Amino acid sequence: MTSTLTPVRSKRSALTKGQLPKYAPYAVLAAALIAGAAILALVGFNAFGWGIVSAILFAVGLVSWSAAVEGSRKAKDKLATCLVVGSFLIALLPLISVIWTVLVNGIPGLLAPGFMTTSMNGVTGVFDNKAVEEGAPVIGGIYHALLGTIQITLLATVISVPVGLLTAIYLVEYGEDGRLARAITFFVDVMTGIPSIVAGLFAAAFFFAVVGPGTKTGAVAAVALSVLMIPVVVRSSEEMLKIVPNELREAAYALGVRKWRTIIKVVIPTAISGIASGVTLAIARVIGETAPILVTAGFATSINSNVFSGWMASLPTFIYTQILNPTSPANPDPSSQRAWGAALVLIILVMVLNLGARLIARIFAPKSGR
Amino acid sequence: MTATTLTSTQGAGRAGDKIFSGAALAAGCLILAVLFGVALFLVVQAIPALTAPADEIQGGKGFFAYIWPIVIGTLIAAVIALVIATPVAIGVALFISHFAPRGLASGLGYVVDLLAAIPSVVYGAWGAAFLAKEISPAYNWLAANMGWLPIFQGPASATGKTILTAGIVLAVMVLPIITSLSREIFLQTPKLHEEAALALGATRWEMIKMSVLPFARPGIISAVMLGLGRALGETMAVALVLSSGALTASLIQSGNQTIAAEIALNFPEASGLKVSTLIAAGLVLFIITLAVNMIARWIITRHKEFSGAN
Repeated sequence: MTSTLTPVRSKRSALTKGQLPKYAPYAVLAAALIAGAAILALVGFNAFGWGIVSAILFAVGLVSWSAAVEGSRKAKDKLATCLVVGSFLIALLPLISVIWTVLVNGIPGLLAPGFMTTSMNGVTGVFDNKAVEEGAPVIGGIYHALLGTIQITLLATVISVPVGLLTAIYLVEYGEDGRLARAITFFVDVMTGIPSIVAGLFAAAFFFAVVGPGTKTGAVAAVALSVLMIPVVVRSSEEMLKIVPNELREAAYALGVRKWRTIIKVVIPTAISGIASGVTLAIARVIGETAPILVTAGFATSINSNVFSGWMASLPTFIYTQILNPTSPANPDPSSQRAWGAALVLIILVMVLNLGARLIARIFAPKSGR
Repeated sequence: MTATTLTSTQGAGRAGDKIFSGAALAAGCLILAVLFGVALFLVVQAIPALTAPADEIQGGKGFFAYIWPIVIGTLIAAVIALVIATPVAIGVALFISHFAPRGLASGLGYVVDLLAAIPSVVYGAWGAAFLAKEISPAYNWLAANMGWLPIFQGPASATGKTILTAGIVLAVMVLPIITSLSREIFLQTPKLHEEAALALGATRWEMIKMSVLPFARPGIISAVMLGLGRALGETMAVALVLSSGALTASLIQSGNQTIAAEIALNFPEASGLKVSTLIAAGLVLFIITLAVNMIARWIITRHKEFSGAN
């Protein structure tokens, strides 16, 4: 018995040996922060540089300590963890910076009286000059642009989602990798590369030819946005439909369920959360598109509630024109305030859409192991 | 259940099958028709610029002398964007799918989607108003210390409105696209593969290297491809950030131009031959994206055995 106990004891010590103590990351972090501050103090201290130097010191310190104690495999694992977490922190920087810039510049614009409920109809440079020189309130708002954006995007979504989803279904369920399916897959890939401005030119030319020269309406813009949106919907839906396990389809067929009912009742509900996330990304891509709307819907300063006639404003073109061609060229500040306010509204709108899509996805998602 | 209901549902099912597959086929064909329309329109409108005498084109040296510098500018901006964005995006996607605490992961996914949702014109305004100003000291440092490299040759632009700034803004814009799609694919890695790797004693990184990345490779390539498509065709961010000019090797001087920004800045005032010159430029951009997509497609088919379809 004693002869068997001895190797067991030595094995246990081999398991606990060669591991960093639990406090190791915290100790290295503290050391890195102090050393980073010391190095930065030599060349001139700033918070941004301190963060970067400390992060590099932390990674080097933890990995080399781990290499010395735990061996190269664990050290590589630690290095990968540091790089992955580091890349996440780097990705957060622009997000925070963009949102901070928009909030700081946009809130005064958003809080200006009548910003959400009035249009730019009749607002001229005279009022902006007064606002800067005499402290009068900044007037004019985004009601017309908000209305235009909602109408154009809604129409584009109504066109794109059925076409995109049906195409994805054709590719995954009916195409069977035939010549047509391969052609469609190939050309959908090509369509993802269509620059937005070219899509706008196509829609404009199409309506010029069919309806008449100079046709610029919200519907033309919606068609242009659909050209951009359909491939995104197809690609994301296709990926999600492909991932649905064949066992589910076969189980439905074995119960005598028709193919179209299998698709509607089994395949799509299984993939709906991914499809919703893809559609959200597609809307996110087109809702901020400026160039195609500028080419196809023109720019309006007054309210237009008919998507099929007349020029129509939208939030992105509102932002673009207010920055590039201020209402009063001598005093661009009120225009830039309105532009940042519109940017804030646009971001909030997109956030609400995102949240809604997520809620829908969560309600419809099948229970999974993850 | 009676026999009649059974037969009647079968009849309805047969018609439903036909209607449904017909609709799916029609949708697929519509996409082909639309793309054909775009290509046709571009070619027909571009022909005058391609056949016009050289001295009538802007610059006076013919169409190809006009388009060459902005093609290179477009590629430079897109390459900068992808070189910065791809490693960071894969890192972020791995962090969300395999490193972050599970309760936090979905919230972080939302943060990335939010980054994707911010419109290009807002990124353009941010790049012009904030990033260009903040980054110009770094350009001065690069010009002073790395100036022997042609790409960092000084003097650096005082406003910071350079092709490198535009490339960084583009990187920020394509990052969430690559991240979001890679993350979806990483999450679809078969749990059994991951657990098998861990059970054999692999560390987390070895598990990712052996089971997640091989499974996800075609997905990552298609995600990068989508990012490249957006970087090549992005108009507003470049138009607002870059102070354009002639083609220069240095990334930190003002200069260079991309095709999309060139079209956006000049099209509203253009008329006559200038319009077809710009449309021909759009056609060139279209052909470049076509080439990129074909190469990416070829890579994906080579790795098809790893794809998610079973």
